[in-house]
Amino acid sequence: MSAPPAIDERRLREVALTQDEYRLIVERLGRAPNRVELGMLGVLWSEHCSYKTSRPFLGQLPSGGAHVLQGPGENAGVVDVGGGWACAFKIESHNHPSAIEPYQGAATGVGGILRDVIAMGARPVAILDSLRFGPLPESRRHLEGVVAGIGGYGNCVGVPTVGGELWFEECYARNPLVNAMCVGLVRVDHLKRAGAQGTGNRLLLVGADTGRDGIHGASFASLELDGSSEERRPAVQVGNPFLEKCLLEACMDLVESDAVLAIQDLGAAGLTSAVAECAARAGKGARIDVSLVPRRERGMTAYEVMLSESQERMLVVVARGREAEVQSHFENWDLTSEVIGEVTDDGHLEVVDAGVGEARLPVELLTEAPVRRLPARPAAAPARLELARLPDLDDPGAVLLKLLGSPNLGSRRPVIRRYDHMVGDATLIPPGGDAAVIRIKGTRRALAVTTDGSGRYCRLDPQRGAQLAVAEAARNLVAAGARPLALTDCLNLANPERPEVYWQLEQVVAGIAVACRALEIPVVSGNVSLYNESEGVGVWPTPVIGMVGLLEDYEKRLPAPFQADGDFVLLAGGTGDDLGGSEYLKVVHGLVAGAPPELDLKRELAVHEFVRAANAGGLLRSAHDLAEGGLLVALAECSLWSGLGFRGPALRPEGGRRLDSLLFGESPSRFLLSCGSRAVPELQTLSRRHHVELQLLGLAGGDQFELEGQLRLSLPEMRGPYEGALT
Amino acid sequence: MVDQVLEQELRYLWHKDRSLKGSDCVILPGGFSYGDYLRTGAIARFSPIMEQVYDFAERGGLVWGICNGFQVLCEAGLLPGALLRNSTLEFRCQWTHLVVERADLAFTGLCQRSELLRIPISHGEGSYFADPATLSRLEQNGQVVFRYSDPDGRVTAEANPNGSLHNVAGIVNRRGNVLGMMPHPERCAEAELGGTDGLKLFRSVVESAMRVLTA
Repeated sequence: MSAPPAIDERRLREVALTQDEYRLIVERLGRAPNRVELGMLGVLWSEHCSYKTSRPFLGQLPSGGAHVLQGPGENAGVVDVGGGWACAFKIESHNHPSAIEPYQGAATGVGGILRDVIAMGARPVAILDSLRFGPLPESRRHLEGVVAGIGGYGNCVGVPTVGGELWFEECYARNPLVNAMCVGLVRVDHLKRAGAQGTGNRLLLVGADTGRDGIHGASFASLELDGSSEERRPAVQVGNPFLEKCLLEACMDLVESDAVLAIQDLGAAGLTSAVAECAARAGKGARIDVSLVPRRERGMTAYEVMLSESQERMLVVVARGREAEVQSHFENWDLTSEVIGEVTDDGHLEVVDAGVGEARLPVELLTEAPVRRLPARPAAAPARLELARLPDLDDPGAVLLKLLGSPNLGSRRPVIRRYDHMVGDATLIPPGGDAAVIRIKGTRRALAVTTDGSGRYCRLDPQRGAQLAVAEAARNLVAAGARPLALTDCLNLANPERPEVYWQLEQVVAGIAVACRALEIPVVSGNVSLYNESEGVGVWPTPVIGMVGLLEDYEKRLPAPFQADGDFVLLAGGTGDDLGGSEYLKVVHGLVAGAPPELDLKRELAVHEFVRAANAGGLLRSAHDLAEGGLLVALAECSLWSGLGFRGPALRPEGGRRLDSLLFGESPSRFLLSCGSRAVPELQTLSRRHHVELQLLGLAGGDQFELEGQLRLSLPEMRGPYEGALT
Repeated sequence: MVDQVLEQELRYLWHKDRSLKGSDCVILPGGFSYGDYLRTGAIARFSPIMEQVYDFAERGGLVWGICNGFQVLCEAGLLPGALLRNSTLEFRCQWTHLVVERADLAFTGLCQRSELLRIPISHGEGSYFADPATLSRLEQNGQVVFRYSDPDGRVTAEANPNGSLHNVAGIVNRRGNVLGMMPHPERCAEAELGGTDGLKLFRSVVESAMRVLTA
């Protein structure tokens, strides 16, 4: 046996493959791949497309359930939401492009995730964006560009942006995280799956012409950013939201047509990935002629056409003989469409250029990159939290004002108002609270949607941090009156070739799996973004959980703000000594230390069941999840959002615990509830039945925020720092 | 909204259509026609259907432009002035208060003069502009229909969300049959969506059409 043919290191670097991977390709192919083939394998074997590094762990995630119609592996996950409706949703990262070119990076991130949902035959009804940047003011350019890009794209396409997160931490200064989630609705019987079925059926490329933009984008996303990253700006694509709007509406009209067998988004790795994945899902092959692909530029080679990541393109599998009918439909929307190939049954992806063979590869080889196992080593233990050394809390009011003015906790209004969150006339609970609620038109049903993640908790303990993210997302939905159905996850980590990062990846996945099993919430889609690292500085492990819940009757939705003067305010769930990883420690004491809050998933579930039962019984007026900033910040939010003050007795810790931990600790599994006076006894009975602690805190109303003898602030006093936190 | 909430017959008109299909009122809704890449409404006004809209307006038919529709009507010359980029240079999606200055129109017949409406805006280019002569003509003729105000009905600079001259939120043509407004009444026609003030305008149109039919 002869040694594998030598290959220039530079050529391998260009396609981001290793020598080992190249040797495997030669071995499995029985020959050396040509340049086009090598490029195609390079993008599909990139971490971004193949999940080769994370795949060994992802199998642990529970993905089944009676209501799951589509788990991971498709363009988006799908759950049955009753009444003949299904909900398709997915989250995806656009971190690297957004670091280089914030506006277009974020805009095309939204465009891409919309197409993933459209490909399932679903109409997008909500966008959420989970954003993380370095501290202000240095990160202002990233923040402004990303927010403008999301708004610029989402507003134009006419899909409301209803939620997300915004967080600032030093570790994201060079590597901001931009994760976009889209939620769509489709009639169960119109659900599409992107398999290239039926030999001889046609492959129709629809939408934008293909240009040289974004070549190697997927490979680029699988490398660290370094000084030369600016030179990769051409690998960032430019969005055209109006074209996407036309594509969206045209596809929606076709969903009911039996001439259309499948729809596939062209995202990372462009045509190569779209055709290979479609063929793989149906166990088929495909033959395409790149000379038939409408071009934006002259002189493009087969290599460039196959690897282009030009935006706003879809691949549609059309029943043979019905091409004209489908094409004339697209023409009505002024969309270009071209038959570029057909489904074959030889299991190969064959690329020709006007009849001349350019590539011929087994589909399996393309879509099944070898799993890559890396060494793992636990990350260094975080700094211990020496509570005894912290000074006592002497002015809770001053600390509260400081926390309300923290960019991590202050008002999101300056961002939210730049997104059209009302278009579509379905937004029943707007962004800014725990979860947004979107009604399903023509029914009594509604969806609650949220995203959650905590890099700080995960830095301190990746497994528990990931569990806390799942629990908080679920709590957000329950606070809005919904039952959690399923989640999509976006795992953002640094360079996995560092053993600590690989260990973090393993821990994060394990944490999500544990929480999902305990709370019975399956993972139906997801995305992994590695190499969020620049010159040795990586992001903290940041799993972002996007979760969807159902309200059978939207009249049962629960707002977060207080609702009426004189309503009783109660705390459901117990408070532990959980200062570790808190925003209080960071803002007031400059510490990121300790262990993240203790989480008992059984107790978490019990509290959810209690709140849902109380809501079903019509006992609640509002519910708000306790999160970063703890009890006092949550109380203040309910006041600020409603314009109703609060008055209650001073809060005193029991059993030698600390006051700061009671007021600002971030113990999970807690809700702030408000109700009319007559509901209190019934709530108390119900809480005992569910074994959930319930404490009466005080009354909503007036224009002061007061804990008697402990703190007294006027609402305008609080509003100043809160509304100005992002400026 | 028009069909489900108002329970009126709704006909979608495609931009390439050349007939209004017997409509009693033509609504140019919000959206981003042609992506607003050039200038808001600048391309949409050349749509084939617009010729019918001109004729219809000329004959006294009710034409109602909301948000991007208002921008199209200005570009088309059916309404005076223009809508510039918001003075904040940012998109704004938020609730606003409007003072009704004309309650005698087909669009506002169910409102009272000086009544306060709470209706959301959602736009990046909603800053109403007209040259001084046009503006004073609009004011003299009473063509300003809605003005942004604070929750107490005071027309102040702070209550102006986009830098519109004279806090203009909506105007009507001289004849009173072509209305343009930046706020979105269709977004607040059901209590679930946070308010029903917008429904008043839609009901006014229906009522006025009924009067025409029974007259």
